[in-house]
Amino acid sequence: MSVQLYLNDVHRSFDGFKAINGLSLAIDKGELRAVIGPNGAGKTTMMDIITGKTRPDTGEVFWNGTVDLTKVDEAGSARLGIGRKFQKPTVIESLTVEENIAISLKDDRSVFGTLLNRQSAEQAARVSELLELVRLSADRRRSAADLSHGQKQWLEIGMLLAQEPELLLVDEPAAGMTDDETMRTAELLRSLAGSHTVVVVEHDMEFVRALDCKVTVLHQGAVLAEGSLDHVSANPQVVEVYLGR
Amino acid sequence: MLRRLIDFRMGIFLAVLFVFVVLVPAGNLAVEGRIVPSYIVALLGKYLCYALLAVALDLCWGFCGILSLGHGAFFALGGYAMGMHLMREIGPRGVYGNPVLPDFMVFLNWQELPWFWLGFDQFWFACLMVLAVPGALAFVFGWFAFRSRVTGVYLSIITQAMTYALMLAFFRNEMGFGGNNGLTDFKDVLGFDLSADSTRAGLFVLSAVALAGGLLLGKWITTSKLGKVLVAVRDAESRTRFIGYRVEGYKLFVFVVSAMMAGVAGALYAPQVGIINPGEFSPANSIEIVIWVALGGRGTLVGAAIGAIIVAAAKTLLTGWLPEAWLYVLGALFIIVTIFLPQGVLGAIEGGMGRARRRTPPKEAEA
Repeated sequence: MSVQLYLNDVHRSFDGFKAINGLSLAIDKGELRAVIGPNGAGKTTMMDIITGKTRPDTGEVFWNGTVDLTKVDEAGSARLGIGRKFQKPTVIESLTVEENIAISLKDDRSVFGTLLNRQSAEQAARVSELLELVRLSADRRRSAADLSHGQKQWLEIGMLLAQEPELLLVDEPAAGMTDDETMRTAELLRSLAGSHTVVVVEHDMEFVRALDCKVTVLHQGAVLAEGSLDHVSANPQVVEVYLGR
Repeated sequence: MLRRLIDFRMGIFLAVLFVFVVLVPAGNLAVEGRIVPSYIVALLGKYLCYALLAVALDLCWGFCGILSLGHGAFFALGGYAMGMHLMREIGPRGVYGNPVLPDFMVFLNWQELPWFWLGFDQFWFACLMVLAVPGALAFVFGWFAFRSRVTGVYLSIITQAMTYALMLAFFRNEMGFGGNNGLTDFKDVLGFDLSADSTRAGLFVLSAVALAGGLLLGKWITTSKLGKVLVAVRDAESRTRFIGYRVEGYKLFVFVVSAMMAGVAGALYAPQVGIINPGEFSPANSIEIVIWVALGGRGTLVGAAIGAIIVAAAKTLLTGWLPEAWLYVLGALFIIVTIFLPQGVLGAIEGGMGRARRRTPPKEAEA
């Protein structure tokens, strides 16, 4: 299996604080991977580096083995096929639910292309299909601001899928969701793996267990342990990091 | 297409505007005894220029969140570009009778026309510059500001600094734009006497056409997919980047279009008030534009135009009665609107209409 995302000995510090300190990670195409770690372990900075929001001080970040992600900006990473979901659900509140999906559809992103764009029948069908998938069909004409927290999470996932990404970076998707919604989200992410590569950053151990996948534990900006959830839970260092203080 | 551009509020506004376009010049020119005095025609024409300027600011502030506190600069540059043409058209009729040099250059003992005045004897060239100069300034300024991701209050402050710097520059005689007197004593435009009632009526109609054009252009942009992206940039800039849009390009586009629209407003303003001077660059003017838009209703286009006309009319009346009170009234107006009418006058009217409609549900609903 080919490697989708490859990080090698990445370092990044902020005012002397080493947020990422020798992080190496390889994620295969189609893999579902959970990344866990205590606060300050560098999970968000890792995502920022992958999506071009933050540049690493040293180290390599490669996409599909060929594209150097350290030279790409946020929009560029999105165009390569990296979709990112934030921890706090961020949707475009003043637009309707369907408009949120429509502007996320994979399409020409140039200024004048967008100005003259007209939605095709296929695109309209795709919007409906995605709304069905994230169970927002009934709310399609409502303003996104009126959705519940859980619905916004789902809308954001819909927007992400509309971009037809190869890799989904999902930051704490279960935060603020009901148990039922959490399980449905885990199910959706599992079903996406295979056709997409999915990296989930999460705190909620129940959720990680439901994902049933390889787990990477980050600590102080580097990988502490890797393996199945049972395997890493048995690691004394992991137990110490999580429970020791 | 037409239905996309002309919704309910746009339809009403354009209809009222059309009635004024017919009645005001007719009342001034056609009717014996002049029902509409000539100074009113010029005054209303000036309001329409302000309304276009407000629409320009609403396009970039209301829809894309770029709060420019320097939009007066683009307006003034458009006014100067047109003013330079009007100066050249005076020709040998100036006080000093110099066929090429405007009076203030003769007064300063300049021997020849500076290079940047060349070409302004041509009307088409001046019209081009009305768009090109504000557009180019907005492009260069926006290019650096948006690429460096300067946003929010910092962007507002540097736009304010931009207009202030231009004001100081235009006050200097050596700049070649007439120093603190600016450009004035215009005689005619394209051969039409500027003091003639028919010319004034023509300029009034042109201003109304420009306003309608600006509103429709704004509507076309904001109802396109690009318009949705602009709103996305306003609401969640970072999200928009991660969807794959290069936000700086979108901001630059709307900022440049807005600056050009402001330039056109300025170009129509200069011949109607008969003078353009560095005072137009003053930061206070630019802040007033923001008040027009906030008062009328941000992100509504039509509301911005209405806000500009309301405030400008109130200013004319109040500075006549109680000149000292005007600034206090303006400040109070801004505070009242911010606290009680966050959606502006237009939002309040439409909200009221919506409530009234809900209170009396249609018959079918009851059955």
